Amino acid sequence: MSHPQAAGEFLKDQAKAKWHDETLWFVRDKRDRISKTIPEWEDLRELASQIKDHVLSKLDSYLEEFERNAQKNGIKIHWAKDAEEHNQIVLSILQEQNCTAIVKSKSILTEECHLNPFLEKNGIEVVDTDLGERIVQFLNQPPSHIVLPAIHLKKGEISELFHEKLQTEKGNEDPAYLTHAARLHLREKFLSAKVAITGVNFGVAETGEFVVCTNEGNADMGVHLAQVHIACMGIEKIIPRRKDLGVFLRLLARSATGQPVTNYNSHFRSPSAGKEIHLILVDNGRTAQLAREKFRNSLKCIRCGACMNTCPIYRRSGGYSYGSTVPGPIGSILSPGLDMKKYSTLPFASTLCGSCSDVCPVKINIHEQLYEWRQEITKTHGELGKNLSMKLASGIFKSPLAYKLSGSLMRSALKTLPKSLIYHPINSWGKGRNLPETPQESFKDWYKKNRK
Amino acid sequence: MSSRESILQAIRSIPRAEKILPDTPDFKSQGELGVLFTKALEANKAEVMDRTQFEEWMEKNQSTRVFSYSEDFQKYSSVILPEDPHELENLQLAILEGQFGVAENGAIWLEDKELPHRAIPFITEHLVIVLNKTNLVDTMHQAYQQIGANHSGFGVFIAGPSKTADIEQSLVIGAHGAKSLRVVMI
Repeated sequence: MSHPQAAGEFLKDQAKAKWHDETLWFVRDKRDRISKTIPEWEDLRELASQIKDHVLSKLDSYLEEFERNAQKNGIKIHWAKDAEEHNQIVLSILQEQNCTAIVKSKSILTEECHLNPFLEKNGIEVVDTDLGERIVQFLNQPPSHIVLPAIHLKKGEISELFHEKLQTEKGNEDPAYLTHAARLHLREKFLSAKVAITGVNFGVAETGEFVVCTNEGNADMGVHLAQVHIACMGIEKIIPRRKDLGVFLRLLARSATGQPVTNYNSHFRSPSAGKEIHLILVDNGRTAQLAREKFRNSLKCIRCGACMNTCPIYRRSGGYSYGSTVPGPIGSILSPGLDMKKYSTLPFASTLCGSCSDVCPVKINIHEQLYEWRQEITKTHGELGKNLSMKLASGIFKSPLAYKLSGSLMRSALKTLPKSLIYHPINSWGKGRNLPETPQESFKDWYKKNRK
Repeated sequence: MSSRESILQAIRSIPRAEKILPDTPDFKSQGELGVLFTKALEANKAEVMDRTQFEEWMEKNQSTRVFSYSEDFQKYSSVILPEDPHELENLQLAILEGQFGVAENGAIWLEDKELPHRAIPFITEHLVIVLNKTNLVDTMHQAYQQIGANHSGFGVFIAGPSKTADIEQSLVIGAHGAKSLRVVMI
């Protein structure tokens, strides 16, 4: 389904769409307020961007350094060129451990690899432990936002779901009550899991350690009780030195949710005695994106979600309208690299207002890359629906006489044209748009009269 | 070719000019560290107290299963450290020592040596971290200077109680980890 079609579905429930828009704007507003309390905010963004530039320019040697140091610390390193190999590695570790049930903390990478359905097909129970992720997992849905996975749901819907799945009181919509029910349910899972899976926020080449950030503490509850910790990490998550974490941890939570830092920031360097840590380094299209010079910057992303919260299209079309694991502006420049045909409408789901680039903590030029993708896609896939009217417009703008004539013609035509012609299904431009009121005279005529 | 080799090969084959690695200036926070630290913790829904306030609170507190790893407050410890952290499932209160706190965000650093089991600050129902008043730094930059190159298998910045806002963005304290955090400044 194309983005406009899927967005159309989302917009059928207008009240909910309005609420979605306002909720995300509230988060964007929190981000604005807290970033203004840091006088060196812009310097931090610039530093973060430069550190990532540097990493991408030497990614091979940093990966080797990271591997060497992690192995020295007793972490077992695996490499996966794609999603399939990643999933196989996870499965083989689970089989080695005779493990049939795992707990998992939020990891967009495992979503990208479709790990859950793969493991379930192989007889493994997978429990997502982040509250938002558990909610969407109960509904057999993927997360609709990378930081706020259940942001598209209202508490009434969650209350009904928990009544069915966790036998909570019918009609009790109190978030504290519902969260407590999930706590009890998930405690059992934490206490019985032999293997826990987490994502990785940052891998530090200098020390071979990796950092996982959560507010709920679910990643830690999982891994410290399990015998084996499997960490899944995209190869672009490397940073050079431990001290560089200072820059990124100051930016991450402030950009994501407007809080000064996540409540738990765990640094894993070596396993506890008698336990194991496995870390899987995953490519899955990242080296291909690295090779695309125009889109290389997209690999700097630290997955804070700020670009989604600020995007006028994302807020009004919902995460699912993008049909990709990472939705919103950043997803719209990452996904076409994975499958240009499937994701061909995403770079067009933008006003190119640049707000995404303005809030990005690592200064990715998101809106410029969206524009670049539009050109690539138009070159490859030819003309899109709006092209006929665009060509017509281009002809009119090229000739002064045509422009003048069409102006006076349109001023009278627009008043008398039947609405059915403007809001015709063939005219995709008319969908969701209103025409402006037409003035009595053209600007040129007005200027002649008033400025001579 | 192994996947390792093919990934590294793929990266090496991409022509890229080496970019500089910048160093971060020693950014400081503005204001009195103790005040900033307390304000940040309170904003994170943690409670800050002194020794007397803590002792008064402990007297009123009904917790019977308490584990203390803080030398100053050994007298409150009633649980013997088990070999298997799963047995801490019903722990009501853990008292741990923090190494230092970060004024800009209220985060407190603990490492393996402060954590006889890594699971303790997460599995306990309520958490108390004892911190020396003089062990405060400005920002995360000074925090990593303080941590330096020391090796610890596990280290964590804790900045508040476990929390979530996954249901309609309503803040709820006590998701999976500790339902409260009290920081005792001594």
